[in-house]
Amino acid sequence: MEAAEFKSDQYVRFCPGCGDHAIAAALQKAMAEIGIPPHQVAVISGIGCSSRMPHYLTPYGFNTIHGRGAAIATGVKTAHPEITVWQMTGDGDCLAIGGNHFIHSLRRNVDLNICLFNNRIYGLTKGQYSPTSPKGFVSKSSPFGTVERPFIPAELCFGARGTFFARTLDVDMPTTVRCMVEANNHKGASLIECLVNCVIFNNGTHNYIADRAERAARTIVLKHGEKMIFGKDNEKGLALDYSTVIPHLIVVPADDERVLVHDATTADPTLHRMLALMGQPDTVEAKAEMETNGSELPIALGVIRNVVADTYDQAVHRQINDIQATAKVHCFDDLTKTLETW
Amino acid sequence: MQSVVVRFVGDSGDGMQLTGNLFSSLSAILGDEISTFPDFPAEIRAPQGTLGGVSGFQVHLGKGVYTPGDKADVLVAMNAAALKVNVHNIHDHSIIICDTDSFTAKDLEKALYKTDNPFQELGFPETVQIVPVALTSLTKESLKDSGMDLKAIVRSKNMFALGLVCWLFERPIEHAISFLEDKFKKKPALIAPNVKVLTDGYNYGQNLALSVNQIRVEAAQQTGNPGARHTSIAGNKATAWGLIAAAERAGKQLFLGSYPITPATDILHELSQRKDCGVVTVQAEDEISGVCTALGAAFAGDLACTSTSGPGLSLKSEAIGLAVMAELPLVVIDVQRGGPSTGLPTKTEQTDLLQAIYGRNGECPAVVMAASTPANCFDYAFMASKIALENMTPVILLTDTYLANGTSIWEIPSINSLPEIHPHVAPAELAGNFNPALRDADNIRYWAYPGMEGFNHRNIGLERDAQKGTISTDPKNHEVMQATRAAKVKQVENKIPYLNVWQPETVTDNETLLVGWGSTEGHLRAAATELQCSLAHFNFINPLPRNTRDVLARYKKIIVCEINSGQFATYLRSQFPDIPVLQCNAQQGQPFQVSQIVEFAKNH
Repeated sequence: MEAAEFKSDQYVRFCPGCGDHAIAAALQKAMAEIGIPPHQVAVISGIGCSSRMPHYLTPYGFNTIHGRGAAIATGVKTAHPEITVWQMTGDGDCLAIGGNHFIHSLRRNVDLNICLFNNRIYGLTKGQYSPTSPKGFVSKSSPFGTVERPFIPAELCFGARGTFFARTLDVDMPTTVRCMVEANNHKGASLIECLVNCVIFNNGTHNYIADRAERAARTIVLKHGEKMIFGKDNEKGLALDYSTVIPHLIVVPADDERVLVHDATTADPTLHRMLALMGQPDTVEAKAEMETNGSELPIALGVIRNVVADTYDQAVHRQINDIQATAKVHCFDDLTKTLETW
Repeated sequence: MQSVVVRFVGDSGDGMQLTGNLFSSLSAILGDEISTFPDFPAEIRAPQGTLGGVSGFQVHLGKGVYTPGDKADVLVAMNAAALKVNVHNIHDHSIIICDTDSFTAKDLEKALYKTDNPFQELGFPETVQIVPVALTSLTKESLKDSGMDLKAIVRSKNMFALGLVCWLFERPIEHAISFLEDKFKKKPALIAPNVKVLTDGYNYGQNLALSVNQIRVEAAQQTGNPGARHTSIAGNKATAWGLIAAAERAGKQLFLGSYPITPATDILHELSQRKDCGVVTVQAEDEISGVCTALGAAFAGDLACTSTSGPGLSLKSEAIGLAVMAELPLVVIDVQRGGPSTGLPTKTEQTDLLQAIYGRNGECPAVVMAASTPANCFDYAFMASKIALENMTPVILLTDTYLANGTSIWEIPSINSLPEIHPHVAPAELAGNFNPALRDADNIRYWAYPGMEGFNHRNIGLERDAQKGTISTDPKNHEVMQATRAAKVKQVENKIPYLNVWQPETVTDNETLLVGWGSTEGHLRAAATELQCSLAHFNFINPLPRNTRDVLARYKKIIVCEINSGQFATYLRSQFPDIPVLQCNAQQGQPFQVSQIVEFAKNH
């Protein structure tokens, strides 16, 4: 199928230069590559800039209320597992007002493809700090800097026993499309953290890695089954240093025999967590320090975790089918025959 | 006697609910009309023997039974605390059967008696007949060779009491035995000892010829259709089954999203049990997710429901607003309880009415209706589903603790005898030209859901363009859409029955009209019978039946009776400002006392 078949006739109202434009294009491409016809796909969203996405796509869409996208998407998928369900959400919609539904959709492993647009700011309400803004961040609602610690979405995902986590960047179209396709192929709740730029209220928040000249040195794109190597000339690799009580990741030459091979499928999330937490400063000062002097470890992009586990929606219907196979009651009239009557 | 009220009271762990239920079912099988009312504390097991842990079950049986009765003719009290708590639930000629083994000095202390003579202390008149029975010792004696441990033996004393009450009312115990066999079919070892205690209790009454006469209750004339099957059913179960029947009649999958909350949880329990009927249930992470998962299922084409009680309805209000805006079918069941806030979780009240009608942001019309007997929870759950599916609107169905846990006799319908349900699905010829604003002459928009080819569209909680269905902030358009949503709910009045006026056959007072809604119907019938006046009882609240004004205008004295401070009266005044209404209210977390309504009517 062609990407154009997934592009709706609606005028796109994201701000010029907003990272969401790139995600929209990537979604249309990914949906075409996946090849499921639009009428068998539902795109559910809450409220926020990211949640406008369903309007720009041709599948069934439901732009709902703030924070509830995960719960509504859970309802769609549990009622009808044959429908492919995407959820579009942002760092406020997903991690603040919708936090409870989010962690429970991951815990249950509902087969959803969740695109979390992380721009570390509330855009649609015009510039308040979000649950992913680094501590000390100055915004309209934190004129003297925030005094609260941010979430790191990957940590929350693993803490909620998430089975799929990928991270991508608005300006890296190939990685974004690949993450989306793999998220769709994964059965269960698939979380894609899309790092997007808010050109109006938080411009340049991801510049450290968005800068094309530096990106190869500052990021590593993880691929299952491949060596963890990165750098302008693929000259560096990641390895584990066992000299500490708890082993930690280090950068070694690409030809070092200790270079790790990425396994996204291990049930134990320990290494996935270490990889996902590379280069995630949680204060304004630490972020500035990284942006000035660089970080020793690269920021991980690509599919970091992709684990097979039973999905909630399939389990619900399997249980119903199993019970129906041997049940004596199948309909209302049967049911009334089980009563003590006179 | 024409009818009699029996009240079983004891500790939460004494099995009073089971005893009461068995006795009620037994009476119903013998042809009695029954109405029951379980009354229990919020605590699962309060400290034994204390006032806070008293649980009760009242049943009214016989002929002309509309309510569980105001006061008990026979009170079975398993301990001193239960007797004390129920001192106001008996009248001057009641019979009290009490377990003398549970009136020791320690029991009296736990129940905060000040003297060692509880009967004198409670000030019963001499006309109250007290029948002391050493229930605990007699049960121990009965089961001494059973091999059961002492704790289990003592727990069986409720069966001894049941046997005794069966004797008192001349109920043959064969039926009770068959109930017990069914009840314990998964624990067969318990059948024989329970049957033995029951029989010994019965024989105790028979042989010792207690100083009390047996009571014969007249069996009611069997009414209803000849050949019809009857059972006794609790409101929550009837509600759940109404939804099951509606889904089957509509050819839709039934989906329930719900979060446990007293007193609504039995609906979740019942529907979770019904996987054999293909019901999908999600026990959600919170009340909001309960309604949102349901709304997702509605978007995906199911008969979608959520069940809750007052605090949960508050949490769901934003999503109900989304259902109004997105024009999706959704059934919201609110089993009302005492409020506000956590309030009285196990007690009954009708205080969510105005919340159901108005309690959302924006002008947000939804259909609101109420069941009025435990058995007709079935009919109104079915009707709520039918109205939602055929009119693309959320429907809020109000029941309450009293209906949810109480039972009444249900004439069991067959699926084919129920009305047809035609979900408002988009006709095939709209394929390729569909949008979510397309509606029929009644302003009902068409339903299309994922999987239907040629109907892909984007639904929204934002205001939509009345023609194209896309986002619109146009001022004129908003006005049009507000009117459209209101008109769509209003036209439901053409699809619901006219308001009926009920009167006793011998009506003498043609000027007084009692008005009620929801669970007070039985009490109001009993009151109207005593007053020999008319009753207009509402099951449909928004919209009201078309003839409401005509009915009200015929009466000089209109008394709106509710278990709140006058919410329906307020609503009626807003609809018919020229019609004066009086209001009779109770707010004690309990059903009406019929006598209160009668007194009120006589004094106003």
